[in-house]
Amino acid sequence: MTAVPSAEPLLRVEGLQVHFPIKRGVFVDRTVGHVRAVDGVDLAIDRGTTYGLVGESGCGKSTLGRAVLRLVEPTGGRVVFDGTDVSTLSGEPLRTLRRRMQMVFQDPLGSLDPRQNVESLLSEPLLAHGMGGGRQGVATRIRTLLDAVGLPSAALRRYPHEFSGGQRQRIGIARAISLEPDLLIADEPVSALDVSVQAQVVNLLEELQERLGLTYLVIAHDLAVVRHISDVVGVMYLGSLVEQAPSDVLYEQPLHPYSRALMSAVPVPDPVVEADRERILLAGDLPSPANPPSGCRFHTRCPWRQETRCDDEVPVLRELGPGHLVSCHWAEEIRDGLLAPRSAEEVAATQGVSVRPTGADNPESDALVQGLDAPIERT
Amino acid sequence: MSPLTIEELPPRDAGQDGRPVLEVEDLSVTFTRRGEQPTRAVDGVSFSVAPGETVGLVGESGCGKSVTSLAIMGLLPRRGVEVGGSVRLHGQELIGAPDRELRGLRGADMAMVFQDPLSSLNPTVPIGVQVTEVLLEHREMSKKDAVAEATRLLDRVGIPDPSRRLKEYPHQLSGGMRQRALIAMALACSPRLLIADEPTTALDVTIQAQILELLRELVVDTGTALVMITHDLGVVAGLCDRVHVMYSGRIIESADRHDLFARPRQPYTGGLLASVPRLDGARGAPLHPIRGSARDVIPWAEGCAFAPRCDNAQDDCLTEVAGSTVPLEYDGPGRELRCRHPLEYPRTPAGATASGAAR
Repeated sequence: MTAVPSAEPLLRVEGLQVHFPIKRGVFVDRTVGHVRAVDGVDLAIDRGTTYGLVGESGCGKSTLGRAVLRLVEPTGGRVVFDGTDVSTLSGEPLRTLRRRMQMVFQDPLGSLDPRQNVESLLSEPLLAHGMGGGRQGVATRIRTLLDAVGLPSAALRRYPHEFSGGQRQRIGIARAISLEPDLLIADEPVSALDVSVQAQVVNLLEELQERLGLTYLVIAHDLAVVRHISDVVGVMYLGSLVEQAPSDVLYEQPLHPYSRALMSAVPVPDPVVEADRERILLAGDLPSPANPPSGCRFHTRCPWRQETRCDDEVPVLRELGPGHLVSCHWAEEIRDGLLAPRSAEEVAATQGVSVRPTGADNPESDALVQGLDAPIERT
Repeated sequence: MSPLTIEELPPRDAGQDGRPVLEVEDLSVTFTRRGEQPTRAVDGVSFSVAPGETVGLVGESGCGKSVTSLAIMGLLPRRGVEVGGSVRLHGQELIGAPDRELRGLRGADMAMVFQDPLSSLNPTVPIGVQVTEVLLEHREMSKKDAVAEATRLLDRVGIPDPSRRLKEYPHQLSGGMRQRALIAMALACSPRLLIADEPTTALDVTIQAQILELLRELVVDTGTALVMITHDLGVVAGLCDRVHVMYSGRIIESADRHDLFARPRQPYTGGLLASVPRLDGARGAPLHPIRGSARDVIPWAEGCAFAPRCDNAQDDCLTEVAGSTVPLEYDGPGRELRCRHPLEYPRTPAGATASGAAR
C-alpha cells in the first residue's frame, strides 16, 4: 500500500476553509453571514504517525476532520492525500479514494445501523468496494477483523444494541479498518466511553497502528488522551490552529496563551499535584465563530493581551523550535517570563462584557450560532 | 466578572455545632417492573456530609451514583420504585416524608445541579422567571425584590450583564452560562446541602475549570455541604474532601482523598487510576485498562460484583466459597473497604492487611 516511501506526508491540508452560510428569511433564503467553522488551516501528517487535534467544542476540529474526507464540502483550500488533491475529485475517483481514508465516529451506537447485524455491518464496505474476493473470502476477512479488534466470532450474528459501549466502538473500528485504509480519522473515539473502557480502546488503536502501519488523525477534547496517543499535536481555537508541536514539547512547554490555559484547566487525578498546580482561568466563553474577534482571535480572553498588535494584527504561525509552530505575537516574551498574566477578572474588566463580542446587537443570529456551539453530550 | 459578594448572603445555621448536614444510612433503591426481576440499583449506601465539607461519589455509568442523589432529593417516581433505609437532613427524616414537606425543603434547604443544563431549564421560560420562581416560592419576596435578588445571584456566579440575561431564554446562553444559571437557581435560598450531579461533564475543560472554581469558593465561603457526583477522578482530586467509590450499587471504598489517590486499596479504584492517561506522567507507557466492562458483574449476594473483572480475585471472593457476602469493613483510620484481596503497599502496617486478607 505504501507505494512511494518518500518524505512526502500522507496528508497535506493547505489553507482549508469551511464556511457555513447563515440563512434568514421566510420566503427567500437570504445569506446574512457565515459561520467560519474552519478558517485557513495548514497541517501535514507523515505516514505512520498520529496527529492529535485538540480544542474546545465549537472550535471546528470535527468539521476539519469531515472536510478532509469531503463529508462536508470545503469552501476553500486544498486537501492533498498521497499526492492527489481530494477537493477537486468527484464521483468514482472520490469513492475509490475514500477506501483509503476511513473514519471512526464518536457515538458508536449512533453510527451503527441498529437493524444490521455485525456480519452485515462488516461485510458491507468490503462488498461495496469489491474487496475480499467472494463470499468465502469476505467471511474469512471478517473473522480476522473481529480477532484484530478483540471480539469473539459469536458476535457476528448479534446486533449493535446487544453490545456494551466499548464493544460497539470496537465494531466501529473494525468496520473502519476493514478496507485496509492508509488514513484513519478518529473523531472523539473514546469520549463516550467509561474510564475503564477508554484505556482498552486507546490501547487497541495503538496496537492496530503498529501492526497495520496506519496513519491517524485523532480529534478529541480530552488532552490527556490526545497526548498519550499522538506524535504531533495541534491546538485549534475558533477555526484556526494556534499552536502545533511534537506531543512532548507541547505538553512540557506550551507557548501559546490558549494552550497554556487549556493545559492548566485539565484536572490531574492526584490531590498533591492538584493542590499546587498553576491554574490559568480564562474569562468568559468562546466568542461566536460567525464574527470572530479582529486581530488575534484569542485576544478577548487572553491573560497576556498587550495594548499593541493583539487587537488588530492577525498573528501567523511562526516556528519557534524544531516543529514547534505558534501563532502569538508575544510567544517569546511569554516564554521568557517578561510578560505577566492578568487574572480572568481583569481581562473581563478591560474587555467589557467580553463573553459575547458579536451578538450584542443581534441576539437572534447569535442564538443560531450557539446551536453549533453546543457542548459534547456524554452518555 | 465582578468580585463575588458572597458575604451578603449569610448561610443559615452554617457550621451549627458540627453536626452532619446530611446522614444517609443503609439507603437502598429497588426498581420493580411487572414480569421482571426487580433491579437493585443502590444497595446499603451510608455516608454523611458535614457543613462545609465536600463529599465525592465516584463511579462509572450504571453504578447507582445518580440514583442515590435522586433518592436523597426524593425525586424518584413513587410507582415501581422501592426506597429503603434512612436519609436525614439535619435530623429530619426524608424517606417517606409527605410530598408537601419535601417540596418545602427542596430548593430551600437542599438543592441540586444537574448534568445537562439545557434539559434542566425550561426552554419556553426566560432565565429570569426561572430564577425568581425559587425566590417567590421559598423566600416570600415581592416580585421587584426577587428580580433584584436574581440579578445579584447571576452576578455572583459570574454571568456578565445579568439584568439583560434575565430576559433571555436558555437557548440563548452558552453551555457554561446555562450551568452557571442553574447553580444560581440552586443557590437562591442558600441551601445547606447542594448536590451536584456531574455538573461539568457536558462542559469544556476551560469552562469546567471556571465552574469548579466557583463551587470551591461557594463551599469555603458559605459552609454549604456539597455532594459531588462524578466519574472524573481529576475533578475529585481537586475538589472533594472525602471520596466514596461506588460499584454496582454499593460503596466499595471510602477514604480521604489524599489516602485514596496515594494508596488505592480496592483493585477497582487502583484500576481506574491506572487506566487514566495523565498530563503530568511519562508518555508512551501503555495504559492498564480494567478487563471487560461494567456489564460483567455478578449480584452482590453471590460474591464481589467486581470479581469477574478483578486481577486479584480468588475463590473466596464468591459467597459460595467464603460463606458470607463481602462486607464493607474498617480499613485503617478514616478508611473503609469492601474487598478480601486488596492492593498491598509495603509501607502499610503488615498486621492490619494480613488480618483483613485472612478473613
